[in-house]
Amino acid sequence: MIDDRQHIDAPLLSIRGLRGRVTDAPEEILRGVDLEIRRGEIHALMGPNGSGKSTLAKLLSGHPGYEATGGEVLFRGEPLLALDPDERARRGIFLAFQYPMEIPGVSIANFVRTAMNARRAAEDEIPVLDFYDDLQAQMATLQMEPTFAERFVNEGFSGGEKKRSEILQMALLKPELAVMDETDSGLDVDALRLVAEGVVALARERTSMAVLLITHYQRILNYITPDRVHVLVRGRIARSGGAELAMEIESRGYDFIREELAPAAV
Amino acid sequence: MPQDTTLAALNLDEYKFGFRDEDTYVYKSERGLSRRIVEQISSMKEEPEWMLKRRLKALDIYDAKPVPKWGGDLSTLDMDRIYFYVRPADRESRSWDDVPEDIKRTFDRLGIPEAERRSLSGVGAQYESEMVYHRIKDELSQKGVIFDSIEDGLRNHPDLFKRYFGTIVPASDNKYAALNAAVWSGGSFIYVPPGVEVEVPLQAYFRVNTENLGQFERTLIIADEGAKLHYIEGCTAPTYSTDSFHSGVIEIVVSRGANVRYTTIQNWSKNMYNLVTQRARVESEGRMAWTDGNLGSKLTMKYPSCFLVGPGASGEILSIAYAGPGQHQDAGGKMVHAAPHTTSEIISKSISKGSGRSTYRGLLKVHAGAVGSVSNVQCDALLLDEAARTDTYPYIEIEEQNASIGHEATVTKIGDEQLFYLMSRGIPQAEARTMIVRGFIEPIARELPLEYAVELNRLIEFEMEGSVG
Repeated sequence: MIDDRQHIDAPLLSIRGLRGRVTDAPEEILRGVDLEIRRGEIHALMGPNGSGKSTLAKLLSGHPGYEATGGEVLFRGEPLLALDPDERARRGIFLAFQYPMEIPGVSIANFVRTAMNARRAAEDEIPVLDFYDDLQAQMATLQMEPTFAERFVNEGFSGGEKKRSEILQMALLKPELAVMDETDSGLDVDALRLVAEGVVALARERTSMAVLLITHYQRILNYITPDRVHVLVRGRIARSGGAELAMEIESRGYDFIREELAPAAV
Repeated sequence: MPQDTTLAALNLDEYKFGFRDEDTYVYKSERGLSRRIVEQISSMKEEPEWMLKRRLKALDIYDAKPVPKWGGDLSTLDMDRIYFYVRPADRESRSWDDVPEDIKRTFDRLGIPEAERRSLSGVGAQYESEMVYHRIKDELSQKGVIFDSIEDGLRNHPDLFKRYFGTIVPASDNKYAALNAAVWSGGSFIYVPPGVEVEVPLQAYFRVNTENLGQFERTLIIADEGAKLHYIEGCTAPTYSTDSFHSGVIEIVVSRGANVRYTTIQNWSKNMYNLVTQRARVESEGRMAWTDGNLGSKLTMKYPSCFLVGPGASGEILSIAYAGPGQHQDAGGKMVHAAPHTTSEIISKSISKGSGRSTYRGLLKVHAGAVGSVSNVQCDALLLDEAARTDTYPYIEIEEQNASIGHEATVTKIGDEQLFYLMSRGIPQAEARTMIVRGFIEPIARELPLEYAVELNRLIEFEMEGSVG
């Protein structure tokens, strides 16, 4: 068991010198990323297109199409990269997808209940009625119709419904670390606010979920104030700072960081 | 050890399963097929002369027709090694101890009650089931419903029998329909009088021990005007048979305004050639629905069909097939629109794994004059791995301009992205695959009686084990 002091002091996620690429591709996309996230912290990871933001999300969640080529990742003090995606999820990592997949014929309720039970012993499955109470309460918070539970996963969902469904799953699965891959893309203002409020509630109020919020735009940071902001450029974290860094990017774009980096790069 | 006799014919696999056969049959035909054997079958059953003549004529047709070259591979089917008729000495035929371990394990996994297992595996102790059958039969007969074995149907209701037998599937229809017409034995005979609705689904299981379903079963169902019936045959549990060849014929008469649903799920052992002809003739405003599940057998060739001969008649076929390694499921359906304003729908779902192969073979025919007919065909195939194979042969013959036809076919694989999505929520890979497969068959599973849907799901889960990778 980890003692209390360690529990507080040790980072939840520790990324050291991580390099990675699309499996078997010649070029590395991540070229040495260092990052630490503690419990309850919200980190924003920003960066221009192609800088490696989504690659980092996929390496953390264990997507089979990506491979680490160097460095290491510790989650709760344990090496992460050798684990299968389902094992990582059960240990507390949640990836909110940029493009959630359709699973025809499988209802949201069935899907989420199966995922919740995957975290529990076979003889300790969540009672069905308790589950439905939980599910309906969370859906109400996210302003979803009760019938949403019986719809097939992501089939025929609007962009906003897909993202809300991701937040719904996150709220019910209660991860320790949520990696949110461009969750703000394609959302209108109302949906964006709902999604952001859902995340803040979990991180700040109900659990002490840590968040790695990957985004191209500053927009979602109007609703979620990050503890730290990192800017990824060409596979490395080029700048880190407080919430004010996001504001600076909003006004100046990414170019000033690229220019600062130019002499050192390549 | 108890006496060990098989329910029906011997097969070629008795050694494999370690069955002893002590030849305690009252009667067993010689191997292979001949005129003499057909005569013996008819005489054992004490049939009227006209039936013997029908059988012999069917035998001539069988001999004259070539083995089909389309569909599955029948070249390894050696008809000379088959016993065409065996009448068991005692229905209490096998001991539970003799049932192969893998079959017992499967029963355990499926959670099938002991009594039912014994019956499914052809083991005795069927007293209770006989009681159930007689009670149901008594209730039905008060309404004028006949629910008999096909032999009793011929014996007790000769006029009705003669009027319809062989009219829906004539012996000349195909080689194996001719074979069945020559050597048929076992099956159900059902008649529902005008306006009578049978609320409880009738199951072959209820009467399985009074006359065993043989390898050449023959069923005739007649729903008179406005009658309603749901008939269920087979089971998702593995059906252990010592036969290696099953060739059934199912004939259904759906009179004006009648409504018949026929549900059959076969899970024959994987040495079985299963060649079945199922057809319904649907009169005006009548409705026929086939639900056809093919999970077992080595090769199945089965295409339930509806001949929509009266205005406003409608037909529905829900077909689900699972082809595991070494299996070929060649299934589908036929809809023939021969009257105005007839409607039909075929939904076919197949799953193939390993060297398994599933084929959708369908015919949609709209005759000239069948104005305002509407048909929709949807066939979806799911491949579980790279080796699995699926083919689609949708024959469409439209002779009427004023008809609306829809046809859609899809082939999908379990995608890495879908799997990753489920696994990223903590669901182990094997369970994730099963979930995707269950989702795929959901449109058909939801049409099944609940206990069948549950069993089907369990079975798919069971079959999916070890398919990871």
